[in-house]
Amino acid sequence: MIPEGAGVVALTAWLMLAVLTVALLLTFLRLARGPSLPDRVVALDVIATLVVGKIGLYAIAQAQPVLLRVAMTVALIGFIGTVAFAWYLQRRIAR
Amino acid sequence: MTGSVGDWVTAGLMVIGSAFALLAALGVVRMPDLFTRMQAATKSSTLGVGCILLAVAVHFDELGVTTQALLTIAFLLLTAPIAAHMIARSAYIVGVPLWKGTVIDELREREPPQATGDAAEREAKAHLPAG
Repeated sequence: MIPEGAGVVALTAWLMLAVLTVALLLTFLRLARGPSLPDRVVALDVIATLVVGKIGLYAIAQAQPVLLRVAMTVALIGFIGTVAFAWYLQRRIAR
Repeated sequence: MTGSVGDWVTAGLMVIGSAFALLAALGVVRMPDLFTRMQAATKSSTLGVGCILLAVAVHFDELGVTTQALLTIAFLLLTAPIAAHMIARSAYIVGVPLWKGTVIDELREREPPQATGDAAEREAKAHLPAG
């Protein structure tokens, strides 16, 4: 997958993508285990942020600056999702 | 394998950013209660991803790309505290139990949680799949 004769930057980017994959797996463990609903919301928030980082690294590894727009959109959607979850939690207890 | 100064700066920023992101994930898994988990997760994951996006800005070195990267960093820095505040507030109101080593809880006098810890746990269990 790593192209032949890749420079320092591309190699580091691929390596750090692997590190971020480990981080995503750890966060997913918290998402699966809970124990409460807010814990899962926090895990989802962290996952959205980590995905933004992964897209940034992938943009460097593939030399595709266009991917930054995807990163920006994911950041936006992640924020809106987190706010919606927090709103829903508060509304549910108010009922 | 000798790159320019920009290459080494990019690589260094990527390593620092990924290390912070990994620490954030570790904190989410290892910390004892929701609020300590949040303080590990929110700050260091934002800092880590900010470093990675800064690496993108340094690497491509074009006006348009740098502007986009800086905009994304600014957006993350603005929204992460707001999102964390909203989750923490609603979690406290719902009655998520605090860690037993918690020293001070000033909010309890002014705005007590609307459900006790036991009720919140039952609530949490109701959302688990059967078994």
